[in-house]
Amino acid sequence: MKKWNIVAMAAVLAVAAGTFGGVYAAEKLKVGFIYVGPIGDLGWSYQHDVGRKAMENALGDKVETTFLENVPEGADAERAIEQLARTGHKLIFTTSFGFMDATLKVANKYPNVFFEHATGFKRANNMSTYAARFYEGRYIQGQIAAKMSKTGVLGYIVSFPIPEVISNINATMLGAQSVNPNMKVKIIWVNSWFDPGKEADAAKALIDQGADVLTQHTDSPAATQIAEQRGIHSFGESSDMIKFGPHAQLTADTDYWGDYYTKRAQAVLDGKWKSEDTWGGLDSGMVVMAPYTNMPDDVKKMAMDTQAAIKSGTLHPFKCPITDQDGKTVECKGGTHLDPGQILSMNFYVKGIDDKIPGK
Amino acid sequence: MLESLIEILQLIFSVSFILTVVTASTPLLLAASGELVVERAGVLNLGVEGMMIVGAACGFAGAYMSGSVFVGALCGILAGAALAAIFGILTLGLAVNQVATGLALTILGVGLSGLIGARFVGEKIVPAARLDLPFLTGMPVVGRILFGEDAFVYVSMALMIAIWLFLYRTRAGLVLRAVGDNHASAHALGYPVLRIRMLAVLFGGACAGLAGAYLPLAYTPFFIPGMTSGRGWIALALVVFASWRPGRLVVGAYLFGAVSILGLALQPLRLGVPQQLMNMLPYLATVVVLVLISRTRGTAGSAAPASLGMVFVPDR
Repeated sequence: MKKWNIVAMAAVLAVAAGTFGGVYAAEKLKVGFIYVGPIGDLGWSYQHDVGRKAMENALGDKVETTFLENVPEGADAERAIEQLARTGHKLIFTTSFGFMDATLKVANKYPNVFFEHATGFKRANNMSTYAARFYEGRYIQGQIAAKMSKTGVLGYIVSFPIPEVISNINATMLGAQSVNPNMKVKIIWVNSWFDPGKEADAAKALIDQGADVLTQHTDSPAATQIAEQRGIHSFGESSDMIKFGPHAQLTADTDYWGDYYTKRAQAVLDGKWKSEDTWGGLDSGMVVMAPYTNMPDDVKKMAMDTQAAIKSGTLHPFKCPITDQDGKTVECKGGTHLDPGQILSMNFYVKGIDDKIPGK
Repeated sequence: MLESLIEILQLIFSVSFILTVVTASTPLLLAASGELVVERAGVLNLGVEGMMIVGAACGFAGAYMSGSVFVGALCGILAGAALAAIFGILTLGLAVNQVATGLALTILGVGLSGLIGARFVGEKIVPAARLDLPFLTGMPVVGRILFGEDAFVYVSMALMIAIWLFLYRTRAGLVLRAVGDNHASAHALGYPVLRIRMLAVLFGGACAGLAGAYLPLAYTPFFIPGMTSGRGWIALALVVFASWRPGRLVVGAYLFGAVSILGLALQPLRLGVPQQLMNMLPYLATVVVLVLISRTRGTAGSAAPASLGMVFVPDR
């Protein structure tokens, strides 16, 4: 992925040139965003950019935003983040798990700049974390999948074995098992967030091996398109992909960051920004389910009831007891359900998943 | 053990697996076949990825606006050739370093495709139709594989045959190889070295553009920036893998496609092999074959065209 490094470097230089060359009104708050993919990925980075624009709309003249897309995780990320910090950005959002250490390093160097890192767990006085409880939506998807599948096999296309991906697989299966205890899942790792061709190949392989509902933790609509072609069902990821699977998509677990970004920028403007850990779900509007489509009314009703129950807090996808795939009961640190720390660092499969976490 | 083996064999010989492999291999074959001709003429164009991604963006744009996959493919071809023309003017006309120019071409292509494609992200088109002949396509097993592919697949095969015939059975092909092996001699014999190389570079660009256009027109019918995901680099490697021979290129492209699909499809079978290793398979296979080729060649020397990558400035 060398080329992306070079693209990102060029972008950094362009930002630097633009900043030093222009004169800006001093009171405007400069807000920077670091994206791991292109804003046109229709998924993860796209949704963050939707959030950025929503913040711009809400706060108007009071803010000015810059974004860097295609920033590779790792050493280059540090350079990109530091570049934003050095060029007068007072609030910087880094929107991928792999930016965690780089963000922390730069945050320590620039104590007067506020940092916000998505989906991570390291914080500092000037570094907050924020994430969305996608697993809530995954649980609903699991229930729908179990109702809709005739073969009882769910196909799951995944990127990298990080805790968020693992906990989402588990939530999906816990949901599915609540409807059909014998539901099976087949998992293919494509080792990329973003390779439409490979995602399509994986989707075909899963269908050939009996899956008749597909879900994914990768970013392109390729799998949904294959599901449409083959006449089976699928779930969109990160953004609504109904356009690519008008007869296939059941719903999509989408994230909406606009309200959060607006709130945080407003906090900086008011001088009230504090280091926090925000984990929003269906209740706070950070996780939004795309319309329930292509399913009978009773399945739709079940999905909506589950959604309401999760929203009101009466149902927790990781409610205890939870048994791991080896039959051991997982310690219940959150009282009636697993605590956030356990979910954010999840590194085991729940019972009923006949597979192994790569590298474990 | 035996059970898993049977399962694997069933998988490999299923119609669906073979169709998936063909789809995954076709863009590699198209891009690599063009680059093979370029390199046989003595020019190293590392910008395949850039020409491919611009071909993808323009191909999708053309198909979206005209409603025709054919027009889209044509746009992809022209876009690839246009980018190659820039490369040709710089490296042949101005004798700029080929490696640096090729890399720059990739960076330019990635940026340019994002710019061209930006307004088409999120749009969709009707993908290239698959061939459907009465009786033939309906034949069990072989029908779908031989007579049920999209036009790109047949074009890529015809192209390989044409390239083989051209290189080894025509005088023009002989001249092109001569230019690639010893440009000074070819020049002394009165052949227009730079003009021949320019034509080869344009052809290579057209092939890369078509290969890129295949992605949003047939493989995954939508456009997303960066959707080539390094396939241009694999095409470059395939040319070396094939030791600059068209026949071996076909084998290499399909082998690479098959092994990479196998790496995905075997995962749910739970064979106890780490998936990281599965994903390494295509690259591992490439290295193994390269070693085998270099061993069997013995002392015959490198298979690369002798003037590959060298700047040529006619002195009189």
